[in-house]
Amino acid sequence: MAIAETFSYSRVTTVGDFFALLKPRVMSLVVFTGLAGIIAAPGHVHPLTAFTALLSIALAAGASGALNMAYDSDIDGVMARTASRPIPMGHVVREDAMAFGWSIAAFSVATMWLFVNWLAASLLAFTVFFYVVVYTLWLKRRTSQNIVIGGLAGALPPAIGWASVTGNLGLAPLVLVAIIFMWTPPHFWALALWRCGDYAKAGVPMLPVVKGKTVTRRHILIYSLILAPLGVAPAFIGLGGMLYLVCSASMGFWMLLEAFATWREKDDVKEPAAKRLFGVSLLYVFVPFAALIVERLLHLPPLWT
Amino acid sequence: MDDDPFDPNGRAGRERRKRNIALALALGGLVILFFVMSIVQWHENMSH
Repeated sequence: MAIAETFSYSRVTTVGDFFALLKPRVMSLVVFTGLAGIIAAPGHVHPLTAFTALLSIALAAGASGALNMAYDSDIDGVMARTASRPIPMGHVVREDAMAFGWSIAAFSVATMWLFVNWLAASLLAFTVFFYVVVYTLWLKRRTSQNIVIGGLAGALPPAIGWASVTGNLGLAPLVLVAIIFMWTPPHFWALALWRCGDYAKAGVPMLPVVKGKTVTRRHILIYSLILAPLGVAPAFIGLGGMLYLVCSASMGFWMLLEAFATWREKDDVKEPAAKRLFGVSLLYVFVPFAALIVERLLHLPPLWT
Repeated sequence: MDDDPFDPNGRAGRERRKRNIALALALGGLVILFFVMSIVQWHENMSH
């Protein structure tokens, strides 16, 4: 019998259960990078148009999270990290989560199209499709490169935000996308290093499960070595100023230090370096993107024009 | 029983009421957003 079929309806579904389906923590990071794209983009849009764009990005991220929980409910129930999610706990019926997710996804794309522009709406639709169909349904259970390729979905929000203001794309938003794309593997592989047993039990072919921890540590280091210089690139293409340069360079250096520590880690059980790297990687996205927002709000000039 | 779905004062009834209120607020908010955004777009089209 499939694991999903063993779930019982344990209690009535609350509003909080549906809110949890939206993965609010992931949504907050997506909204933040989307906001950075909106604020960093040249030009002006009505504040309500910017709000609508941000709301659409938030709803699409939430819909993707709900659909991911619906389609992965069988493996979520097996892993300790995800066992307390609403579907494996029996608080939400899987089909309800699907209906909820697809409805919100359709609504968010339609809203973006109606009130912002077709490019932002198309990118938003592509992001949901890529996360749900390409990553969740196809890659996640088939290849150890699942989060490398699937990471594109999580990397696109700055470009969606940018497109919602300008109606087009250019080098600057694509560099922001590239930064988050290169950040995703070390972030999730750090998590996978200390949750390796969980993923193995659920049959998810994460890199440490398939290729071992030594290979994963090397991959984390290589991606971090590429990420550190890429992270400062916005300062040299007319996007970021001195504040951005200082923040991104120092965070890149810190992340590299932790990646080196993870590479040299001998404690295969507790993985203290990987846990530190995971925490630093969260800051790595937050601090430079916050610097970019602050520079725009304070009208600080870019370093290179 | 507290989880009796037909008892409006039971836990199930209270949660159902909360879900209905949340849904009504969300849909009401979206109606207002659509209305306001339509006016914003109309104004922007007029100014162009």
